[in-house]
Amino acid sequence: MTRIAVVVFPGSNCEHDVVEALGRVNIDATLVWHTETSLAGADGVVVPGGFAHGDYLRPGAIARFSPVMTAVEEAARDGRPVIGICNGFQVLTEAGLLPGALQRNAGLRFLCRTVPCRVVSTRSVLTRTCEPGAMLELPINHNEGNYTCDDSTLDRLREQDQIVLTYDDNPNGSVADIAGICNEAGNVVGLMPHPERASSSLLGSLDGVGLLASLAS
Amino acid sequence: MSSMGSDTALHLQLGLTDDELGMIVRVLGREPTHLELAMYSVMWSEHCSYKSSRIHLRRLPSEGKNVLVGPGENAGVVDVGDGTAIALRIESHNHPSAVEPYQGAATGVGGILRDVFTMGARPIALMDPLFFGDLEDPRSRFLFDGVVRGIAGYGNSVGVPTVGGQLTFSSTYRGNPLVNVFCLGVLPVDRLVLGRASGVGNLAVLLGSLTGRDGIGGVSVLASAGFSGAEGGEDSKRPSVQVGDPFEEKRLIEASLDLLDQGLVVGIQDLGGAGLSCATSETAARAGLGMTVDASAVPQREMAMSPVEIMTSESQERMLAIVRPDSLDAVLATCAKYEVRATVVGEVTAPDASGTGRLVVRDGTGAVVADVPASSLSEDAPLYRRPLEAPHDLAERSAPGPSAVLAGDPSRRAEWAWDLSAQLTEMSYDPEFVSGQYDHQLFLNTVIGPGEADATVLRLAGPGVPWTGKGLALTTDANPGWCAVDPRLGAALTVGEAVLNVACTGARPVAAVDCLNFGNPEHPVVMWQLSEAIDGMAEACAEFEVPIVGGNVSLYNESDGADIDPTPVVGVVGLIDRLDERPPRHAGMRDGDALVLLGRRSALLGGSRWCRDVLGEPGGALAEIDYEAHLDACEIARSLAGVAGRGLGVSALHDVADGGLGLCLAELAAASGIGVSVTDGAIASPAELFSEAPSRVVVAVAASGVDRLLGMAAGSGVPAAPIGHASGDRIVVPGLVDLPVGRFSHARRARLADAAAHTHD
Repeated sequence: MTRIAVVVFPGSNCEHDVVEALGRVNIDATLVWHTETSLAGADGVVVPGGFAHGDYLRPGAIARFSPVMTAVEEAARDGRPVIGICNGFQVLTEAGLLPGALQRNAGLRFLCRTVPCRVVSTRSVLTRTCEPGAMLELPINHNEGNYTCDDSTLDRLREQDQIVLTYDDNPNGSVADIAGICNEAGNVVGLMPHPERASSSLLGSLDGVGLLASLAS
Repeated sequence: MSSMGSDTALHLQLGLTDDELGMIVRVLGREPTHLELAMYSVMWSEHCSYKSSRIHLRRLPSEGKNVLVGPGENAGVVDVGDGTAIALRIESHNHPSAVEPYQGAATGVGGILRDVFTMGARPIALMDPLFFGDLEDPRSRFLFDGVVRGIAGYGNSVGVPTVGGQLTFSSTYRGNPLVNVFCLGVLPVDRLVLGRASGVGNLAVLLGSLTGRDGIGGVSVLASAGFSGAEGGEDSKRPSVQVGDPFEEKRLIEASLDLLDQGLVVGIQDLGGAGLSCATSETAARAGLGMTVDASAVPQREMAMSPVEIMTSESQERMLAIVRPDSLDAVLATCAKYEVRATVVGEVTAPDASGTGRLVVRDGTGAVVADVPASSLSEDAPLYRRPLEAPHDLAERSAPGPSAVLAGDPSRRAEWAWDLSAQLTEMSYDPEFVSGQYDHQLFLNTVIGPGEADATVLRLAGPGVPWTGKGLALTTDANPGWCAVDPRLGAALTVGEAVLNVACTGARPVAAVDCLNFGNPEHPVVMWQLSEAIDGMAEACAEFEVPIVGGNVSLYNESDGADIDPTPVVGVVGLIDRLDERPPRHAGMRDGDALVLLGRRSALLGGSRWCRDVLGEPGGALAEIDYEAHLDACEIARSLAGVAGRGLGVSALHDVADGGLGLCLAELAAASGIGVSVTDGAIASPAELFSEAPSRVVVAVAASGVDRLLGMAAGSGVPAAPIGHASGDRIVVPGLVDLPVGRFSHARRARLADAAAHTHD
């Protein structure tokens, strides 16, 4: 059974949801407190949503210095899956594991709603079992989800097929409608939508299940 | 305070009357010290002591076989089976939000969360009933936007979803908005903990934020007095509003629940209004013991704070834990993990020779600066039987105005000149603009989100409380229009609406909390309104067998001498035994479905929004509530929202409330994107369109299920009649309304966003 470490910073809040949703696709997920220096042999990592360290200074700006991040960087270098969801995406960009940055939503308001997203690249560890072009109904829940990067980075993301997910109706002003990206190797993925919130028919959508299930090795 | 000269006696400056000072002298047998006077002033404030309302609150029913903790503790607790309990509480943060909307609303959220996790419960849901002046008023738009941002800013960050609420805009709230907040938590029954300082020699450990000079006198100066331009208005009161830090609170939640899970604390109490004075005296008094506090040990945010400032500060995000000395190291280690400050500030002491537990406060030199019977601060507070008087214009208020009479008389159809389609559109706004700024999905519990049906539906689960298949339905309701006409019947009808709301999602009500927002209790008419509303609420809760397990009273909601309309708010929680499938949502209505009205036709416009807001005249007396008929309507609604309804092809249920049948049908159309066509004559007058008569539900059902539905209703003794069907893209009530669904939806969606975008012009 695949074992995933779910990193918890003070202020994280989606960790229990990620554990529950991974459990539904038979992935064994364990919470790892941010002061740990090892992921105890986990096959991959999820950095969940929330407000790590209160989002003080900038979302992710303090979390990148937590001791556990050294182990997360090591997992990324080893080619293990490293997934940042929402605040986790912000942490991964601050840590330099993914290019670009996330700034305040264009409308300057927090957004919590379900939006249609398109799978652009199936090269990433998160989308490798998806159909290219598939449409997924995924909840977003963020204040700083407006992805930005310079032109040359954007060109590189496009050329190297690193744009994983895009919004069909851009809710936050992200450049090129970007909702999620991956690194060159495809094992580090950051996305603003919450697949764990779309993992039960009782809650209205199962579109996140395929994404989470693809983490099973 | 700036308006009072320095020659004004100290007790008056602190908001105490001469009589109250006399009571303090009798309790102590001497003149009080400055600190003692300050402590009594905050603890005996209206906000903390309920001195004007306590005598009436006793009439509310609070007993029930599953009630584990009733009123008087930090939150009510109800056993919901499977070893799980729910904790619930409602509070107001009206005056702070009028002065500083963002922080006022934010700290209101923080305060109620502490009330709930103090009981050992994990907070899993917040709801916010909000009341502002009309949207034409720029300041009301500013307050609306600021309050919503404050709730979002704090609630999202602290990691507790905001799953619903209520929004009312009415000129009665122009000078004094209402910001109420409801919180629900879940806990394993064996983690239930009470705020008691038991065990002589145990330590009082202060957890959380530094103590600063913020919010001193918040409950006495701010929450227990009205607003008036003469005193310098809201600006002069701004220093009494505190500033919230949701990250500190998040760590405090996790640390507190971890401490309770490890069994490391014997009692825990949040610091809210009246700060350390309240937490130390209440925990000691509940245990019948005393406490010694070293004010200088309290970690301070500012230099040279006096014991008075330390003991009455309302700095946010603090808790007081009672800890056995041999657990202290483990407590400090757990707090260190969560980066929560923890400091021993006192010790539980034995009662004195006369059996009285004393609260003794020392300063940095060891000198005693206060020495009072702990229970006297909370239990000996004055109790006022303030004079009551019915308003002189009571009869006029329940006499319909000329337009209301005309609207109910089909023989004068030729005189009906209202553009009802436009009025219906103006009466509606889509709360999605607000709920979409709140995280309403955290914990994977939100099965029916805010505004998607008559109540929010959650899984009964949370971190540490695994889901066993049960569901919770949550609603908060208020109707100041009804209560302005008749506070007793209005409050009873409000409870009725809440109970019907949860029934429309398949739940049976298990507990309620109330937040009583009224004007100045020194006005006899206001005390009459309060007393009447309590009687109405008590009667309805008794009839529906719903215990009121907690509540809050907010008085002095007035501005320049004008009291708000009486606004009792009720929060009701219902239980769904098996949440196998999603209950019907308004959006579920399908093209071709039949629409069936459960309940009687009515043309009574008493208290209706159409009369109040659109016609600007009274609509007459309220419709009476027939409790038996209402319970029957709830029972059938509950069946139709569950398995029986699925068998019949029920796709949506919506109760008829605020805005009458007109708004009920239009909201179903907007949610589903499908038009509504009412049968000619089924709604025969504007009065029938907008009547808010109770015990009525519109059901959308597959055409094939109509006969069985009517049979089922007949069997239950509930009147039922088909009134039309869902089809096309227009809302059509022959002779009255003809409105494209798209235009209605667009207008209601845009209204709040436009208002919030124009806060300064």
